[in-house]
Amino acid sequence: MSSARVLVGTRKGAFVLTSDGKRKKWDVCGPHFAGWEFYHVAASPADPNRLYASQSSGWFGQVIQRSDDGGKSWAPVGNKFEYDGVPGTHQWYDGTAHPWEFKRVWHLEPSLSDPDLVYAGVEDAALFRSSDGGQNWEELSGLRQHGSGPRWQPGAGGMCLHTIILDPTNADRIYIAISAAGAFRTDDGGKSWRPINRGLTSQYIPDPNAEVGHCVHKMAMHPSRPDVLFMQKHWDVMRTDDAGDMWREVSGNLPTDFGFVVDVHAHEPETVYVVPIKSDSEHYPLDGKLRVYRSRSGGNEWEALTKGLPQENCYVNVLRDAMAVDSLDTCGVYFGTTGGQVYASTNAGDSWEAIVRDLPAVLSVEVQTLS
Amino acid sequence: MIRVVLPHHLRTLARVGAEVELEVDGEATQRSVLDALEAHYPMLRGTIRDQGTQQRRAFLRFFACQEDLSHESIDFVLPSAVASGEEPLMIVGAIAGG
Repeated sequence: MSSARVLVGTRKGAFVLTSDGKRKKWDVCGPHFAGWEFYHVAASPADPNRLYASQSSGWFGQVIQRSDDGGKSWAPVGNKFEYDGVPGTHQWYDGTAHPWEFKRVWHLEPSLSDPDLVYAGVEDAALFRSSDGGQNWEELSGLRQHGSGPRWQPGAGGMCLHTIILDPTNADRIYIAISAAGAFRTDDGGKSWRPINRGLTSQYIPDPNAEVGHCVHKMAMHPSRPDVLFMQKHWDVMRTDDAGDMWREVSGNLPTDFGFVVDVHAHEPETVYVVPIKSDSEHYPLDGKLRVYRSRSGGNEWEALTKGLPQENCYVNVLRDAMAVDSLDTCGVYFGTTGGQVYASTNAGDSWEAIVRDLPAVLSVEVQTLS
Repeated sequence: MIRVVLPHHLRTLARVGAEVELEVDGEATQRSVLDALEAHYPMLRGTIRDQGTQQRRAFLRFFACQEDLSHESIDFVLPSAVASGEEPLMIVGAIAGG
């Protein structure tokens, strides 16, 4: 019988939640490495027992943990993230040149076919790769050396590479996104990159249509349509149908188009989820009502999903890596909040239930569908 | 034998108790003690000093014999009481955060 395993990264440790395919009763295991921040916990699609976790601390820096038994036990692997060559500078908040400095790993993306191959998106923005299960890391420096690097700048949370999307039909194609530089694509396995930000408009930068400088918060893709991407930008929900060559806005009737997460239904490539947040000044749901919005038409027309979610006095945030979908027959949708709740829907968003609450602030949510 | 006291989170990471004992080659300095510590417990690499620059992490301090040695050179010879094992080298996390 199928089952689901939810991997939750929080400000104070990692948690593993398991349930059978009904997804009604959940066992909560954790905190693993209590007191450490977990920006992301990710599973290998090629080996469901292989997990990678980004563990970090303002005191002690970066650690990468690996589990080979589905999260029952963990062992630290390599944590040396060294930029290739002379790192150079990017823009600082005040516009001055600032040297590239490694701070933490925001996102881990295991290969679709090789459990030992894993990518890491880091702050200050760069992409690293390990081909030995996380023991050693090398930078794919063609991205940082694309030429626009000196114009990249940090968003409020830091200059992070937070999205890595692997094309299941083309091993040489990878999409990434950086806050605040924008989206990039490689078609040669990471050697060379180009910005894919045409169509994005950002009023908070001097040239709203600039090649780089856009604060992309998250991107998502359905594996059956690797040329179609959805993006939650700082403001605006966007869509591309040609692998990022051109974007168009699909915010439509959303009550606010600021937000962090975006994800796609496991079986319906035109069904998309976002969680609108009031504004970049007020990082909580509009009117104190926690609402997921679903579009069944690939954007523009959105419906509020509220059943089971707090509809008054709710002032949590849902951070960029804190939404995931499972691939059970009735698609499960999951998201975590800065208030420590992880909400799940077993019916594609029609209704929701907190499968755990009162965790530390949730930074990331991933889910595995296990057979 | 040199004694090193680790902060809580590094004890759990290295799966050791509050204090570890190390044999150090040559004179006992911050560098030689940390080299020995990281050789025995490779999971601590990068957690006390940056792996590239070898600089002490900003929120950590090195105390011994009621002295703050944090700002001494990494090749500063540690007090003889530390070298003899009479007193530990204490690696202390700053009291900050939430």
